[in-house]
Formats: sequence, structure tokens, C-alpha cells
Amino acid sequence: MAEREKVAHLLRRATFGPTAEEVDEAEKAGYAATAERLINPPTPDTAPGPPALTGAKDVQILRLTEWWLDRMVATPHQYQEKLVFFWHGHWATSYEKVDTSQLMLGQQNLFRQLGRGDFAAFVKAMVRDPALILWLDGQRNTKKAPNENLARELMELFTVGIGNYTEADVQQGARALTGWTANKGNGAVKLEMSRFDGGDKTILGQTGKFDTDGFVDILMKQPATAKFLAQRLWFRFASGAPIPADAEQRMTAAYGANRDLNALTGALLKDPAFPATRGQLVKQPIEWAVGAMRQLGLRPSTFNDADRKQLVELLEDMDQIVFRPPSVGGWPDGPSWLTTASVQVRLRLAEILATKAPAVIIDRLSAVPEQTRVDALGRLLVVDVWTQRTRQALNGSAKDVRKLLALGLISPEYCVH
Amino acid sequence: MDAVTRRKFLIASGVTGAGALALGATSFSIQDILETAGEAPGADGPGTLVMVTLYGGNDGLNTVIPFADKAYQAARPELSYGADEVLKLSETIGLNPAMTGFKRLFDEKRLGIVHAVGYPKPDRSHFRSMDIWHTANPVRPTGTGWLGRWLDTVGGDPRLALSFESVLPPLLAGELSAGAVVGRNGVKLPKTLNIKTVSALGEPAAGESSLQARAASCFADLRNVDTFIQGVNDSAKVTGQARATGTGGQSALANQLNLVAQCIEAKVATRAFSVSLGGFDTHADEKAPHSALVGMLDRAVTAFIDRISATEQGKKTTVAIYSEFGRRVKANASQGTDHGAAHDVILVGGGVKGGLHGEPPNLTKLDDGDVKFTTDFRDIYASLLEHVLLSDAGRMLEGWKGRLKGVF
Repeated sequence: MAEREKVAHLLRRATFGPTAEEVDEAEKAGYAATAERLINPPTPDTAPGPPALTGAKDVQILRLTEWWLDRMVATPHQYQEKLVFFWHGHWATSYEKVDTSQLMLGQQNLFRQLGRGDFAAFVKAMVRDPALILWLDGQRNTKKAPNENLARELMELFTVGIGNYTEADVQQGARALTGWTANKGNGAVKLEMSRFDGGDKTILGQTGKFDTDGFVDILMKQPATAKFLAQRLWFRFASGAPIPADAEQRMTAAYGANRDLNALTGALLKDPAFPATRGQLVKQPIEWAVGAMRQLGLRPSTFNDADRKQLVELLEDMDQIVFRPPSVGGWPDGPSWLTTASVQVRLRLAEILATKAPAVIIDRLSAVPEQTRVDALGRLLVVDVWTQRTRQALNGSAKDVRKLLALGLISPEYCVH
Repeated sequence: MDAVTRRKFLIASGVTGAGALALGATSFSIQDILETAGEAPGADGPGTLVMVTLYGGNDGLNTVIPFADKAYQAARPELSYGADEVLKLSETIGLNPAMTGFKRLFDEKRLGIVHAVGYPKPDRSHFRSMDIWHTANPVRPTGTGWLGRWLDTVGGDPRLALSFESVLPPLLAGELSAGAVVGRNGVKLPKTLNIKTVSALGEPAAGESSLQARAASCFADLRNVDTFIQGVNDSAKVTGQARATGTGGQSALANQLNLVAQCIEAKVATRAFSVSLGGFDTHADEKAPHSALVGMLDRAVTAFIDRISATEQGKKTTVAIYSEFGRRVKANASQGTDHGAAHDVILVGGGVKGGLHGEPPNLTKLDDGDVKFTTDFRDIYASLLEHVLLSDAGRMLEGWKGRLKGVF
């Protein structure tokens, strides 16, 4: 693979969608330096902070959604932002049940603050997060009436993964997590000792009077946890196919005894097996839309209210809207995004984005002779190769630059990366 | 492939594989499908399944009403219906007064009610519980729906499983394929991007990855679905069977069922349809609005059954009506009900034996305030897969063994 294709692949996966200029720069800097810059950005993040959350509930969550979409487009810290999106899909908490925008933002702040540090500290903060507690009925988990929801997902989806615990571990783990209450209004989280089960529990072979942190410590000691994290990251950033054993070994070694998430997520991009995963992921609708906006020089914050609302609605029609994952299992992947229904919505959004594309983009394409315009489109959208089929279809519309742009955005080559 | 063998292939496998579509080997018009219908092995072939999803959690106890049960009356004095109000189905059970059509279908022994359907450890979250119903997996919602998995096994042509909703209902999403979602107005494309332009992206291309080929096949599917829907509309015009009033007085469900009826009358290859009605999440002052909703359901489904019963294919059509959960037995403080658990599933038409099936809920033995299930929902899916779609239910339901008794 040529160096340009290698860095283009890296940037397509580690950012929400690179611009041609970003690929140019990366090509000059080389793969290793580009990966390093993605992992530890040299300059501060300049993207705008969250909006003030006031007014009607529906308006608050819409503003928050629009802000995050804009931030995904604008932030120079692309890999960090994409990891925030990853953690959102990992802890998969939905506004549908939490019902308070402030708590959804509070949870996202935890992803930003702790998502690159020690996983143990991150998990201990998450089990105290009011949004997660409300989402998984943690406040209904009491000594008198244990609720296993949070304990089960903590093991199955957040740490050790399915197959690495028993139903008895779920029941005992739930007892360790009893007693928490979360206030929906102000987000206050408290441990009510009268609701806490202080008795002996046996979890994953260990017995003691474990509380919440004691339970998390047990989970952190399981070798399965590091492997599970490596697998989840591979699944979202590299390939729908299982992670190769040697890559998993390298990633878990980077995670190490300090449970270092920055080292783990860095090792993913630097892994020798990573470049070979080109073409093995379907862009999630948000990745697709945000990437298109980055490449077309569009910022949701500059849209008028109606257009911004439509962007959110069309993402919703594609079944992916931030702050509303479909279930605690997170968003679907791969071919599930490729349906006759979603392709229709993608078409409509592609047309809207192409219509909104600024003159500088349109002029740049128009300046290229029609015969080679499709190649210029490939450069703009960072598509390595057009198949003969798509090249032919695009050539048929090369005269009409906006139409060409829309067709490029819906092309199979652009939707899979 | 010549026409005759293609037709035979269609009959054998229930149309064609997504792979064949992706390769551009087949391009069906409604005419192709109409031709095959005449050659279908009549009584031995699969029937048609129409899944009606009620979103929001339908109050099962005010739909199929245990009016004689003291516990029912005591739990919701302001919300309950008395013996003089319900449409009696037995000495103890009656239908909501708004459901006169269902009452007639019941008396004609064409409507069956399966009591207290649910699953272990009921989840009271709308979407989680709906995921469970869609995926038929109460332990861990998987990425595929139970009818999507069926679609995978019969070749994956999206036209075999159609939805007239706006987004793909998860029940139609398979591992390898997905049902077609055409919306109520067929394929809608933006002005500048017509079907001819975009379907050029659906041609096969040498050497592309399987995911990219799948992305391309969506465009081929789109073209096929578009042709298909236009054909259905045209054939309805020709035969004078279009009965949509277009006055806006019809419910969204009635509109969707009209399209399904047109498809069935046109004898299309589609075996499974998904339609839906929303608005059942009634936490407060629910008696009147709930009755209006079940009335809407009653009118839409009764009109549909009456209409299609005139055709052979229509007689082999089974309608199944369900929601993600029922509601709490006890009314809440605001004359509504909160999220509950098991509820009755209604089956109409086809080979369904009318009557009351399964064990009615015991309202004095509740599960955390909710109706305990007496029939697992997978029993219903398994029986529908076997008796309506004539397929191997175990393959789609992880070897599930339970079946409905006495319903088919």
C-alpha cells in the first residue's frame, strides 16, 4: 500500500473524515508521526464548549445534539472526539430514559476527563454517574429488592464481556452495587447505607464484604477486561472481523498493569495489523454525515435552525442520533446500516449537503476538466479508488458539480471504508 | 437464466437471493411476480404473515377485558369496564366496547386470542422490550430480527419482507439481508437524483470488498422495490381494486394495510409484511384515548381481513397483533397505567382457530404488580414460522421448542 493510502486509511478511521489537506500533511509527516499527533495532539482544542442548557426539555436535548455534531466537525482533536463517541456507544446510555440533558452532558464530561486515563478510575466514576444509574435502574437496586440490571451490563458490556462470569456473579455483584440513589433533577448521587447490602458476597471466586469499588476492583483484575476493551476498540475502529491474536496481545500489553487507556487506544492505531483492515467497516450514519461536512467545509452551527433540525431528523431516520443509542448494547454495525430505507435517507441528506456546499468547494471541482473531475472528487472525499462502475456513473453527472458531489457521497466506495 | 427456470427458482426459494440481485442477474417487475403466482403450489405453499406492532405498550387488560375478575375491578376502579359495557367473548372475558369488528371475527371463529404472552424477567423499558420482541431474544437483544433471520434463510430478496413504515423495523433486519422499507408513498428520491442515475451505482464491480458490494446492492434493491411498488399501484388501478379513500380520514394503520391488501391481491411474492400503530403509551387519563386507539386498530384490521378474504392468497393470510408490553394492573394516581409486562396477543385469519387460547392471567398472583406470562412469545413466533411461512422455526429461534397448542 502506498504511503498516501496508508495514512488516508489511518485518518479515515481515527477521525470523523479527513480533508484532502489533512491527508497531504499526513503524507508529508509519515504514518508514525501522524499516529502520534492523533494520539497526543500538540495544540490545544479550540472547538466550542457546550451550550447553556435552558428552556424546554426538547429544546435542550436538541441544542446539545447540534452542539456535539458541530464539535465533531470542528475539533482539531479528532481522535479524542471519536473516542468520546466510542465511549458513548460503549456505555450506551440514552436520553430516552434519563430524560435530563444536563445529566447526558455530565456523563459525556466523564468520557472526556477519564476516557484516556486509568480504566479503573473511569469505571468507578461511571458506576456513580447519575445518568448511568438511572439508565440501568441502579436507584432501584436495594438490599431489600436487588435489581441486577447494572451489575449484569457492567460485566457483560462494559468490562469483562459475555462468557466471563456466571448468573451467580451477576446476583452477587448486584448486591455490591446496592444503595445508590440518583436525583433526576440535580444529578445528586448518594449512597444510602440503609439500602446497602453490607454482607459477604462471592464474586468471580472471591469472597468478602464487597462494596461498589470492591466489585470494580475484582473486575479490573480479570485478564478478560483488557481483552474485551481491545476487541471493542478493534471492532469499531479497525474491522468487523475478529481481532488477530497478536494484535490483541500487543494492545493488552500497552494497556498493562496501569490500565492505561491512552496507551491502549494509541496501540490500536500503531498496530502493524491495522493498515490491512481497509474496506472492512461500514461508516456509521454519524461518521458518514460528519465526515461529509468536514470535507465539504460545512459547520452545523452555521446552518439555519430549520436545516440544523433537518440534519438531526435525517440522522434519526437513519437510526443513529447521539444521546439516543437504541439499547444498552449500543449501535448496530456493518451491514445493518446498509438497507433500502437508509439509502433513501442518505440520498436526501447527500443532496442537502451538496446544495449547501460553499462556492470554494464547487469552484475547485468546476475548475477541473470534466474528464478528470471524478478524480478530483476522489481527492476531495478521500476515496482511494473508484470502481469502474462508480466511475462510469459519476462521469455521467460530471457536468453538474453539485449532483456529482451528492453521488460521490452516496457511492459504495464512500459508505464503506 | 430463462424465464421458466427463474420462475421455478422463485417458487422453490421464495424468490431470489440478495447475491443474485447484487450481481445484476435479475431485475423483477411486478409482471414477473404475478406470473409466478399462478404456478405456486397452491394449498401447499407458504401463506402470508402480517405483523401489526402497537408501539408504546398497549393496555392488554382494557383490550381483552377480564370483566368478571374482582381483582381487575378493584385494581383500577376508574379505568375498568363493567359486564354491561364489554363485548362478551365468554362468561368472564370481553372485548373493549370499541372493538365491534373483532367481536364479529371472534364469533365467526376467525380471531384467536392468546392470553398473557410475555417472556421471563420482563423489561419495562419500551425500546429494550421492543428490541426483545423484534429479535426474539429476551436475554440479549441481538442485531437481527426474527423475520430478518427467516429472510436470510429464504435467499434474502428484500421484497419478500416488506414494511410500509418509515424506517426499517428491527424485526426485518437479518444477518445477511434486510427487508425492504418503502414508506407509505413508495420510493422517494430527491429531485436531482432519479432512480436511473442512482441505480447505476448498483451494478456489480469487479474486485470490491463484500461490504462495498453490499452497499452497492442497496441501489439495485432500491430500483427493484421502486418498480415493484409502481407495479402494485398500476395493477390495482387496472383491476379497479384500489380502495384507498384518500380523504385523510383513515388511520396510518389503515393506509398501511391498504397497501398490504393491494400487494396480496396482486399476488406478489412478499411473504411477510410489517405494519404499525403508535400512541399506546398512555400514562394518564387513558380510558377514552385508549378506547379510540383500539377502535382504530379494530376498524383497520377488520376492513383488511374482510377485503382480502375474497382472494385465495388472502385466505392464507394471518395477522398477528402485539405490543412491547402490557400495562400495570393497578391504575396510577393519574387515571393511567404505567409500563407492565405480559399482555394478550391477537391472531386473525389464515389457519387460526378462533377462540380463547392459553391460560388467562391470574390477577391475584402478580410479578411485581404486573401480569405474569403464561405463554412465551417465542411459542407464537415458532408457530407462525411453521404454520404460515412453512419454515424451520428452530433455525430462526435458537432451537426454541415451545409451540402454541390448538391455535393452528
